[in-house]
Amino acid sequence: MTNTETPMIPNEIVVEHPEKREPIGLFTWICVGWLAINLGVALLTPFLPIANPKEMISMPSMGMSLDHLMGTDSLGRDLFARVAWGSRISLGVGLGAMAIGFGIGGPLGMLAAFRRGKLDVALSSVMFTLLAFPSIIAIISILSMWWPRSLAKIILVVGISSVPLVYRVIRAATLSAGSKEYITAARVLGAKDRRIVFRELLPNVAPTGLSFLLFGVATVIALEGVLAFLGLSIDPNTAPSWGNLINDARQSLNDTPQNWPLIIFPSAILCLFILALNFVGDRLRSYFDVTEVKL
Amino acid sequence: MLKYFIKRLVALVAIIIAISIGSFFMIQLLPGDLATSILGVANTPANKRELYARLGLDKGLVQQYLTWMGHVLQGDLGKSYITGESINTSIGKSLPIDLEIIFLSQIVAFACAIPLAMKAARKPNGLFDRLSNGLTFGLLSVPSFIIVVYLVLIIAIKAQIPGTGPGSFTRWPEWAWLFTDTGMFFTTVGHNLTSMVIPTLALSIGSFVVYFRVLRSDLIATLQEEFITMARSKGLSSRRIMWRHAFRPSSVALLGTAGINIGGLIAGGFVVQYLLAIPGLGGLLIASITLQDYLVIQSTVFVVAVAVIVINFTVDFITTLVDPRIARD
Repeated sequence: MTNTETPMIPNEIVVEHPEKREPIGLFTWICVGWLAINLGVALLTPFLPIANPKEMISMPSMGMSLDHLMGTDSLGRDLFARVAWGSRISLGVGLGAMAIGFGIGGPLGMLAAFRRGKLDVALSSVMFTLLAFPSIIAIISILSMWWPRSLAKIILVVGISSVPLVYRVIRAATLSAGSKEYITAARVLGAKDRRIVFRELLPNVAPTGLSFLLFGVATVIALEGVLAFLGLSIDPNTAPSWGNLINDARQSLNDTPQNWPLIIFPSAILCLFILALNFVGDRLRSYFDVTEVKL
Repeated sequence: MLKYFIKRLVALVAIIIAISIGSFFMIQLLPGDLATSILGVANTPANKRELYARLGLDKGLVQQYLTWMGHVLQGDLGKSYITGESINTSIGKSLPIDLEIIFLSQIVAFACAIPLAMKAARKPNGLFDRLSNGLTFGLLSVPSFIIVVYLVLIIAIKAQIPGTGPGSFTRWPEWAWLFTDTGMFFTTVGHNLTSMVIPTLALSIGSFVVYFRVLRSDLIATLQEEFITMARSKGLSSRRIMWRHAFRPSSVALLGTAGINIGGLIAGGFVVQYLLAIPGLGGLLIASITLQDYLVIQSTVFVVAVAVIVINFTVDFITTLVDPRIARD
C-alpha cells in the first residue's frame, strides 16, 4: 500500500498538498463522539445517577423499561449500570496496558532507532525474539497461576506483553522519520540530540504512535474478553468488565432465552467501541501517511 | 539466496532455544507450589523432599533445564506430574484436532475471500467494493469469542441442529475402519464434520476478513501497473487478466498474511476450543493450567510456540521462492 520509492516518471514532482487530503468525514466524527461518550461514562459513572451494579434491585430477567434501560440480569441487577461500570474496567485495562506498553516500548524503540549500532542490535534481537513468542499463551499461563487476581496484575501482564510490538512499531517509525532531510538539516544547524529527539523526531513519530495506540487499546479490550471467558479476568461479582458481562449472559441465556438484551447490549457496545477505535486509528494513519498511494 | 536461508535458519534455531528457555523459566518464576498441587493434604516436608528428589526438582534450575532440553531433543516431552500420562501422547491426541480446524477454516476463508476480492477490485469504489469493504471492516471489529457465542446461540440453540453445540465434539475415526466397517467410518466422519461447523465458521470469518482486505487492496494496486495496461491493450479477456496477470503477483501479499494469521490461529483458537469443549491443544493447555500440571503447561507452550514459528518460517520460505527479490535485502 505504501510506496517509498521515488516516482519513475521524469519531469513531474509529486507534492502532497494538505488540502488535497481526504476530508475527515462524518463517520469519523461519529466514531470520535462514540469514543468520547464511552470515555465520559467511564470517568463519571460514580457521579452519575446510575444504579448500584452489585445490588439486586429488581426482579430477575426483566425486559427493557424506563427504570431499567437495558433490563436486568438473572440476579435482578440493573444491566445498564453494569455496562456503565464495566466500561471503567474494560477501558481501564485497555488504556492501562497500553500506557505500560508505550511507556517502556516507546522510549526503547526511539532510543534504538536514534542511536543505532550495538544498542539497536542488542535491543532488537531481544525484542524480536520475544515477538516470536505467541503472547496470548504467556498471558494465559501467567495469569492463571498468579493468585489472587486483580486489575493491576492483568494490566501489568498484558502491558508488558505488548512492549515488543510497541517497540517494533515505534522503532520503525523513528527510523523512517530519522532518514528524512529535515533531520540532517537540523544536525547541520548544530541541534543537540535532545532537541532532535523531542522537537524533530517525536512530532513525526507521534501520529503513527497514536494510531497504533488506538489499535492497541481495541486489541486489549478484546483480549480482556477472552480472559473473562477463560475465567482469568477479575471476579465478575465484585466489578464486571464487558467481557464478564458477555460471559455471564452466555451462561444465563440457557435458562432464560427470552432475555436477549442481556447479551446484545454488552457485546454490541464492545464491538462498536472496538470498531470506533479501529476506524479512527485507520483514518489517522491514512491522514498522516503522505506516502500512501491515493486512488 | 542460499546464504539468506542459512541466515534465517540460524535465527530460527536461536529463537527456538530462546523460547525453550522462556517456557521453562516462565513456569519456574511463577508463584504457586508444585508440591501442594500434587500432594494436596499429604504435603509434609518429608514427602515434599522425597517428591522433589523423584522428579529431579532438587537440582539447580540450569541443570533441570538441561535435563528437560536433553529429553526434548530426543523427542521425549516427559510425563505429566499429576496424571502420569506421557505428554507426547496427550499432544499427539490434541494436535490433529487443531490441524483439522485450521485446515477447514482456511479452505472456507480462501474460497470466499479470493473470488470476492477479485470482484471488488475490478471496480474500486463501485457499489460492491464499498459494501464489501465496509462490511469486512465491521467484521474486523467483532472478536472471535463473540462470534462463537452468537454462532452457538443461532445454530445450536435456536435452529437446534444436533451435533453442533458445545460438548458434541466427535473425533475423526480410525482409518482402519474404512476397510473393516465402512458404514461406521463415514457416519463418524459425518459426526466429526458436523461438530466442526461452528469452530470452522468462527475461525474462518476472522481469516476471511483479513484475506479479503489484503488481497483487495493489493489487487487494486497491481491492476494499475503497466503490464496490466499492456495485457489489456493486447486484447486479453478480463478473466484472464485477473487470474493470470493480477492474481499471481498479488498472491505474495496474501501468502505472507496467511502465514502470520495461521500462526495466530493456533494460539487464538483456544477460546473457541474452550467454549465448545473441543479437546485440542487449547483444551489441553487450559485443562493443565487448571490442574497446575506444570510440566504439561511448559511442554505444550513450547510445542505451540515452536509450531507457530516454524509455520512463519515456512511461509517466509515459500514467499521467497515465489518472489526471490525478498532475499536480496
